[in-house]
Amino acid sequence: MATLARPAPPAATARRRSLAWLYRHRAVQLLVLLLPPVGWFGVVYIGSLVVLFISAFWYLDPLTSAIKQDFTLRNFQQLVSDPVYRAVAGRTILIAFVVTVTDALLAFPIAYYMARYASRRLKGVMFMLVLLPLWTSYLVRVYAWRVILALGGPLDWTFQQFGIQGVVLYPSDIAMWLVFSYIWLPYMILPIFAGLERIPGSLLEASADLGARGAMTFRRVILPLALPAVVAGSIFTFSLTLGDYITPVLVSNSQFIGNVVYNSQGVSGNVPFAAAFATVPVVVMAIYLLVARRLGAFDAL
Amino acid sequence: MSRRVLAVASAGVLLFLYLPIATIFLYAFNADRAQTWPITSWTTSWFGEAIGNDEIRSALLLSLQAALGATALALLLGTLAAFAVHRFRFFGRETISFMLVLPIALPGIVTGMALNATFNTTHLPFSPLTIIVGHATFCVVTVYNNVIARLRRSSRSIEEASMDLGADTWQTFRRITLPVIGTALLAGGLLAFALSFDEVIVTTFTAGTQQTLPIWILANLRLPNQRPLVNVVAVFMVLLSAVPVYVAQRLSTDAGAPTTRN
Repeated sequence: MATLARPAPPAATARRRSLAWLYRHRAVQLLVLLLPPVGWFGVVYIGSLVVLFISAFWYLDPLTSAIKQDFTLRNFQQLVSDPVYRAVAGRTILIAFVVTVTDALLAFPIAYYMARYASRRLKGVMFMLVLLPLWTSYLVRVYAWRVILALGGPLDWTFQQFGIQGVVLYPSDIAMWLVFSYIWLPYMILPIFAGLERIPGSLLEASADLGARGAMTFRRVILPLALPAVVAGSIFTFSLTLGDYITPVLVSNSQFIGNVVYNSQGVSGNVPFAAAFATVPVVVMAIYLLVARRLGAFDAL
Repeated sequence: MSRRVLAVASAGVLLFLYLPIATIFLYAFNADRAQTWPITSWTTSWFGEAIGNDEIRSALLLSLQAALGATALALLLGTLAAFAVHRFRFFGRETISFMLVLPIALPGIVTGMALNATFNTTHLPFSPLTIIVGHATFCVVTVYNNVIARLRRSSRSIEEASMDLGADTWQTFRRITLPVIGTALLAGGLLAFALSFDEVIVTTFTAGTQQTLPIWILANLRLPNQRPLVNVVAVFMVLLSAVPVYVAQRLSTDAGAPTTRN
């Protein structure tokens, strides 16, 4: 044993003794390490989530506006039967989908260039340039687009130079699509870049040797191998759009699931209904993640 | 040929990413209160006015307080969790990282509403502390990811050597383990700071009537008169989150290998 090789046993101070005791008791060590984070998440976070989920089955008494803690499915019935909420949910999911497709199309060329052609140095610089906006204030970037798209803003001015009047995209659903695509784009570029980097160059050479032209190699070799990475990126773009409620308010007049949830909770104090509607994006994401796992996206993260 | 097309497309995407931010930087120097393009007269006076504004100053202080508090908590909880998962085998080990990433994976509105409901039912009044609790919850994962990645890449044998040479657990941690994970802690902490400093959605549910800097922007976007000040604050926010992220990125790539120092 290692202890036998020690030249002289160090003085057995109280501290040393207690540390040695701790060293021998792995279970105690584990407890000390795990208790704070698991306690925090278990009590503060998971506990809150569970209470919220349960409250989705409560209801707001229409007479007293007090929350009744009796089990009911009426919130969910209201969600399904009211066409307004169906429209809001449909719009949210549709825009999240369109944003995801847009981001995949925008991200692929730059990710491909970074992975295949950029020098080591340029690759590092481009990686940083893509990464920085991802962490740069979400709100500021939405606000920037509001300024750009507004009447008399840079975009309006540019169009006017070409004699085109009255192209004001703010506020509109097109602005929302544009801003979401812009905000989440780095989340798509980075996984695709990582995925493309993992494709060995020899596969592309083999494809060329076997007579495939560039387009054929792209379609039959690169695209299938990069698909899990695209799906991995789409998890971010889709889920972040799905759960958002700030951008719709700032650049459009449309409502997202998040807006209805926010207003039900904050304005009308109907926490049960807000909680019930908030389960919609969570369930949609759960299904999305299951499909993504089938497509191998988790290995590409 | 296709290579050149891709280069142009890449440059286009980078322009797309940076032009909006650049626009705000330009507008911050616009002397005119109305934000029409092109900018005809320039000034730096909005910066002075923003610095002298009490509301902005107290929002900045609250943001810093929240970000520092959340970062400190995230460093503690993230590091503990990383050591537990890396060094031990136990029931539910695989679910730990899932649990930590959940606040980021779920829509912010769900996290915010859940915490809000808990604060209400436990009658905890809104204070900087409630903001910190919310932020720390989603910041833990950045520290955890950085530390566990470093632990996986570094070898345990130097710790065993230290113990064999007579150092106790604390001395080994202090002299060996901490220097190994030091830059990972710094990187994770900087990312946590940036994440907290920018956060809006969870904050709207955990702040009550208090204003962090992003909440101040959100509230003042409705007031056209305040635009010049919003621009200045926006510039400041971009810088204060971009710098930590840049440093963190350099730290976690360059100083990654445990062999860089002897």
